[in-house]
Amino acid sequence: MIRDITLGQYYPGDSPIHRLDPRIKIIATVLYIVELFIVNSFIGFGICAGVLFVTVAISKVPISYIMRGLKPILLILLFTFFLNIFMVDGRVLWKIGFLKVTDNGLYTAVFMSIRLLLLIIGSSLLTLATTPISLTDGIERLLTPLQKIGVPTHEIAMMMSIALRFIPTLLEETDKIMKAQQARGADFESGNIFKRAKSLIPILVPLFVSAFRIAQDLAMAMEARCYRGGKGRTRLHEMKFKAKDIWALIALNAFLVFIILERIYMTKVGG
Amino acid sequence: MSIQVRNVSHIYSKGLPDEQLALDNINFDIYDGEVVGIIGHTGSGKSTLLQHLNGLLKPDEGTIIIGDVDITKPGVSMRDIRRRVGLVFQYPEYQLFEETVALDVAFGPKNLGLRQDEVDDRVEEALELVGLDYEEVKDRSPFDLSGGQKRRVAIAGVIAMKPQVLILDEPTAGLDPGAHKEIMQMIREIHRTENNIIIFVSHNMADVAELSDKVMVMDRGKMITVGTPAEVFTRRNRLAAIGLDVPPVTEMMYELKDRGVEVSTNVLNLKDAEEELYRYLRGKKAK
Amino acid sequence: MKSIIKIENLIFEYMGEEDQEPVKAINNISLDIEEGSFTAIIGQNGSGKSTLAKNLNGLLLPSGGAIYVNGWDTKDDEHIWDVRQTAGMVFQNPDNQLVSSIVEDDVAFGPENLGVEPKLIRKRVDEALESVNMGEYKRKAPHLLSGGQKQRIAIAGVVAMRPKCIIFDEPTAMLDPRGRNDIMDIIKELHEEGITVVLITHFMDEAVRAERVIILNKGTVLLDGTPEEVFKEHELIRSVNLDVPMAVELGAKLRSRGIKVPEEVVTIEEMVEFVCQYK
Repeated sequence: MIRDITLGQYYPGDSPIHRLDPRIKIIATVLYIVELFIVNSFIGFGICAGVLFVTVAISKVPISYIMRGLKPILLILLFTFFLNIFMVDGRVLWKIGFLKVTDNGLYTAVFMSIRLLLLIIGSSLLTLATTPISLTDGIERLLTPLQKIGVPTHEIAMMMSIALRFIPTLLEETDKIMKAQQARGADFESGNIFKRAKSLIPILVPLFVSAFRIAQDLAMAMEARCYRGGKGRTRLHEMKFKAKDIWALIALNAFLVFIILERIYMTKVGG
Repeated sequence: MSIQVRNVSHIYSKGLPDEQLALDNINFDIYDGEVVGIIGHTGSGKSTLLQHLNGLLKPDEGTIIIGDVDITKPGVSMRDIRRRVGLVFQYPEYQLFEETVALDVAFGPKNLGLRQDEVDDRVEEALELVGLDYEEVKDRSPFDLSGGQKRRVAIAGVIAMKPQVLILDEPTAGLDPGAHKEIMQMIREIHRTENNIIIFVSHNMADVAELSDKVMVMDRGKMITVGTPAEVFTRRNRLAAIGLDVPPVTEMMYELKDRGVEVSTNVLNLKDAEEELYRYLRGKKAK
Repeated sequence: MKSIIKIENLIFEYMGEEDQEPVKAINNISLDIEEGSFTAIIGQNGSGKSTLAKNLNGLLLPSGGAIYVNGWDTKDDEHIWDVRQTAGMVFQNPDNQLVSSIVEDDVAFGPENLGVEPKLIRKRVDEALESVNMGEYKRKAPHLLSGGQKQRIAIAGVVAMRPKCIIFDEPTAMLDPRGRNDIMDIIKELHEEGITVVLITHFMDEAVRAERVIILNKGTVLLDGTPEEVFKEHELIRSVNLDVPMAVELGAKLRSRGIKVPEEVVTIEEMVEFVCQYK
C-alpha cells in the first residue's frame, strides 16, 4: 500500500537524540556521510556501524521500523551490488556466461553495499528523530549566512516544511483517485509503455487539480493567520545550544579525528 | 440479481504492528431492486465494505457472491465485476479529468470495451438520468460547472456503465440544502428507471430512513444490525450505545416520551410526526 | 453595544472572463456585528456568504463600500495584520488549512507570525489546545487525526492568536455528525467566553443556536433578526431554496391544522417544551 512508505517520516519520541538541537543533528549527519567515504577498511565500517547502532539504540526508534523504510531502496542496493560485482576487474572467482565475478569485484560490491546501507540508515535516522519543522528550522538557520548573497532561506525552509506536511495528504489523495478510476474500469497495469503513460492521465489531472486547490486554500489560511514571510517571526521552539549540544559537538569532532587516524593507520598497514 | 456476503473479514497491514481488523465476519443478503442504507461512524468499516463489493479490495476470509458469480474467487475478471457493480466514491467530482463532460462520462463505458455509438447513447442517457441537459452540458468543461452539477456528472460517469448494483459513498456530503435535495431526488429517479440495487452510505439519518428498504448498521468492523428503517430506528438506545443518532423527528418523539407525553416513537418522517402530534394535541386545549 | 465589525454598503465583484461583465457576488450589504454576539449567516451556494466572510478580515477587499474591524478599515495596509489578528478565521476544509506536520507547531504558527515571545507562545499553544480538548494530541501528526479533530486543531490555531472575533466559514460542512457536534459545542463555549462568533453555514439546526440569523440571497440580505423573527418567514426562506429548521416546519404544519403552536418555536427543545404543557 502506498501509505506504508516510512522513508523521510518522523518517528515521535522523546529520546536524547530527539531533543538534540537540529543543527547539530544535520551537521552530524553530513559529517557521518563524509566519514563513510573516508573509511576504507572493514574495521572502519565496523566502528561506524557501532556508533550508528548505539545512536539508534539511544533514539529508541525500533530497528524494525527503520528496516521497513529500507524496503523501497532495496532495489537500488541490489543494483549497486551487482553492478560492482560484475564490473570490477581482478582475479576471476566464478564465471557465469559472459559474466565473471572477481575477488576485487566481490570485495568492492560488499564494501559499497555496506557503505550505502550505513549511509541510508544514518540519514533516515535524522528524519526519524527530528520533527520536520525543527529539521527545516535547522536548515534555515544553517543557511542563514547565505541570506547575505540573496538566497531566500526562510522561503526555502517554509516550502520544504509544507511539502513534508502535504506528502501524506497527497499520497492519500492519489490512492483515492486511483481507486475511483479503477472503479470506472481504468487499467493501469497492462499495455505497452505509451498505453500505460496515457492511462496515468485520469490520475494526474485530478491530482493536479487537488494540489492546486490545496495550495489555494492553504495560502488563504496562512494569510488569515497573519503569515507575512520570515521577517519579525518568532518561534515556539527556540534554538539555543545547550550543554548537551556542546557535548555532542565535541563527541562528533572526536569521532571524526578518530576516523581520520584510523584511515591513516590502515593505509600504512595496508600499504 | 442478488448479493450474498458470507463471513467476510478484512485485515489492514496484516502482520505489521499496526494491524487492524477492518471487517469482522460480515454476513448479509441484498435482494433484487432493494435500496440499502448503511450507517456507522467514520472508521466503522463502511468504506472498506463498499470497496469489497466491486473487487477493489479482496477479503482475507469469506465469500461475496454477486448474481451468480463469486467475486472473491481468483481469476474472476475485474471488468466483469465492474460491469455489474458501480461504485461512486465520496466527493466524486474530484475525479473528473476530461476536457468535456461527455468525454468524462464516456470514460467508464469505453473501458468496458463498448462500441462508440453504444458509448454515445449511454452518455446521453446517463446525463439525462442525473437531471442534466445533455445538449447544454456535453461540450462544456466539467471544471466550469457548479459543485452540485459536477457531482452529477461524476455519478453519470458510473451510471453510464449500467451497473446492476449502484453503490454511493456519502452522495450528499458537503452539499447545500438545495443540491442535497436534488441529489436525493436523483437517486430516487435512478432507482425508478433502472430498478437496480442501490447501496448508499449516509450520515443523514432522515435520508436513510426515507430512502432505504433496508438499513445496515456498522460499528468497529462489525455488522451490528440489519433491518427495515422502522426496526433499526426504533432501537434508539442500541444506536446511542454506539454513538449513532436516530432521525431528528424520531429523536423528538423519544424526548417527548421521556418527558411523559404519551406519543408513539414509531415515527420516521415529518409527516408521521405531524399526524402523531396532531392526534395528541387535538384533544387538548391547544386546539 | 459596541460593534466590532461594521459593514457599510459593501459591494464585491469577481472579475469575469475577458469582455464579460464582472459578477456581483455582494450587492450593497450594510451590517453591524456587535462585540460578543453570535451571528449565523445562511445562504445557498452562490449567495455570497463565503465571499462576505473573506471580506470580513481583508482576505478579499471590497470593490465598493467599506468594512471596519475594530475601527480599522480593511483596505488600510498598515492595519491589515491587526484586522486579521482581531478577526480570525476557520475554513471549511480541515486538511487544507493546517500548515505543520506536528499539531502544536501548527497551533503556534499564528502567534509566531505575530512575533509573540517564545515562552508566551508555549503558554498560548497549550491553553488553546486545552480549550478544544486536544491537549493530549499536541505531538501528533495532523494527517493521522479525524476530520473533526483536525478542525479542532484549526480552531486552536486561531484561538492562540487571541482574536476578539472568529469567523467560521462552513466549519462543519465536511464533517460527520460526531465531528459536527464537537465543533458546535466548541463554538458555543468560545462564544460564552466572550468571543464574537460569525458562523457561515447551511445547516439550519446550527443556525438556530445563534442569537442572530442573517439570510443572504444573491448577494443581498434577505432576512436579519433573531432566529424566531427570521424563521417566522419560512415560506420566503423556502422560496430561495433553503431549508427551515425541522421544528419550524412542523409548527407551521400544525398551525395550518388549527393547533396553536407559537411562532417562537424554532428548536426541537422548544417544540418539546410546547407539547409538554399539555401533558
